[in-house]
Amino acid sequence: MTETRDAGTLSHRANDESTQPSSPSVTFGPDRPLELDSGARIEDLRIAYQTYGRLNDDCSNAVLICHALTGDQHVANTNPVTGKPGWWSLMVGPGKPIDTDRFFVICTNVVGGCMGSTGPASINPATGRPYGLDLPVITVGDMVRAQAMLLDHLGIETLFSVAGGSLGGMQVLQWAAAYPERVFSALPIATAARHTSQNIAFHEVGRQAVMADPDWRHGRYLEEGVNPSKGLAVARMAAHVTYLSDEALHRKFGRNLQDRDSLTFGFDADFQIESYLRHQGSSFVERFDANSYLYLTRAMDYFDLAETHDGRLVNAFLGTSTRFCVASFTSDWLFPTVENKAVVRALNGAGASVSFVEIATDRGHDAFLLDEPELFATIRGFLSAAADARGLAA
Amino acid sequence: MTAQPPTPETSRADLLAVAELVEPGARVLDVGCGTGSLLALLQTTRRVDGRGIEISQRGVNECVARGLSVVQGDADEDLTDYADDSFDYAILSQTLQTTRRPRHVLEQLLRIGTKVIVSFPNFGHWRVRLLLGLTGRMPVTRSLPMTWYETPNIHFCTIRDFVELCAVVDARVEQAIALNRAGARIGFRAPLWFWNVFGQQAVFLLSRGNGSATRQAGDAGAG
Repeated sequence: MTETRDAGTLSHRANDESTQPSSPSVTFGPDRPLELDSGARIEDLRIAYQTYGRLNDDCSNAVLICHALTGDQHVANTNPVTGKPGWWSLMVGPGKPIDTDRFFVICTNVVGGCMGSTGPASINPATGRPYGLDLPVITVGDMVRAQAMLLDHLGIETLFSVAGGSLGGMQVLQWAAAYPERVFSALPIATAARHTSQNIAFHEVGRQAVMADPDWRHGRYLEEGVNPSKGLAVARMAAHVTYLSDEALHRKFGRNLQDRDSLTFGFDADFQIESYLRHQGSSFVERFDANSYLYLTRAMDYFDLAETHDGRLVNAFLGTSTRFCVASFTSDWLFPTVENKAVVRALNGAGASVSFVEIATDRGHDAFLLDEPELFATIRGFLSAAADARGLAA
Repeated sequence: MTAQPPTPETSRADLLAVAELVEPGARVLDVGCGTGSLLALLQTTRRVDGRGIEISQRGVNECVARGLSVVQGDADEDLTDYADDSFDYAILSQTLQTTRRPRHVLEQLLRIGTKVIVSFPNFGHWRVRLLLGLTGRMPVTRSLPMTWYETPNIHFCTIRDFVELCAVVDARVEQAIALNRAGARIGFRAPLWFWNVFGQQAVFLLSRGNGSATRQAGDAGAG
């Protein structure tokens, strides 16, 4: 493993952010527990969040950004763990498509995450030890309910918009279905109203890789001072392939060799793609908690908005007055256009106001995070028309 | 990104003719909305609640970027997603001739919209006939500027053909307008054959018939 740096434990910075986030956070007392879909509840719920821009006087310009599986609340600022720009800094900021000169942008770390909101690495008040697998299973509905608690706390009754891709897009759909009166407009991107069998399968491969690592210790690795880095790295490598596309991989790496002129006839990283994936795996384990990975992939697996609405997706949106804009990418095989279109179809059936664009790109699922001018133009146009309809000052 | 709101002066005659048929404040579905000219015109002049379907990605993206509610879709395939009577008007503007299944599309429109507006170029126009008759080749005119092998128009029809299709699908012709080359309307009382020869564009307002396929627009003379 020539590329792998020392990745024995979660980096100190990541550990600090999970226990003492540098971003703002709110802790709800035992009198305000988070009621979970599983029937369990979380007391002493903490939500870590980040905001950008200014809330206007009538609280009508709030935009909630929902992050994806391995994202966090640091949308547009330097990430305190990685030191890299925020994951959506191309999209969110002054003069950007989600314009923080105009909108008040909020992003919360999802429940079950590892950047300061309550997750499996948080201390369980009942035992004084990290939750580990004692944390109840979290659903997308639970994530959204927790975000609603935070908005109540911040005094924000309605959201001008909710936006996000992938797992973030699932939260957007859940918001629109669960709190239609609180959502003026919604931007679900590269997402689906249900996790497909193939996607559950990929997640299961990732989880099994984590759990097969002897350092996982049945989820108790934090107390034992170890980290299932190898398992989590393998999970990330497999998942990362699903975020790209065959064309993009071919364009970027082809069959190029890594720092060598010929095959070594061994199992070293001969190919650039191998070296790249190993790097993705090893850098991921330094910033992400393995148990969080289990919980958040499970939340996606459990998501099926039709199933929770008497088997028909259209029921989730009946009577909605939310304005929707759905976007998909041609080369995304994880959340392909057909899944996004199923959402559009249901919205049409419900008579909702909906726009849908499919953006041509070879960059796969990750395209929603990248420099995609068509996506920017779409979101800018959609939000500015919605802002006019809501009477927001330009 | 600041798309100029269309004014009646700058809009095409056929779009204006369509817009005039739409009641203010109506719910409108524009099938094959292109870059959104008609939808924008309807929103400005008729204050409609407008939605669009467009097959080309470029068209859709341009529409959404200018703030219109438009989905990428195919008139031949995706109209079945819409509920019965979900719009006051279902509009097919300059799109009928590009569909693979014009009859199916028209039937779907009649199901979705309480009223249906269809506009199309008339292949029975005298210039088309002249060009075809004299040169023996598929006509290329100002309003039909593409060669036969490049045009998206795969199902041309004449006004007379369309009236016949209306009868086949049991659509009642509430109103019909033919526009000449200059975009002026041809007298309402002119016979159908006259329309079919001198009308370059046709605009029809349709509603569902009541089972008795009536031939509203007359059938006088050879056209």
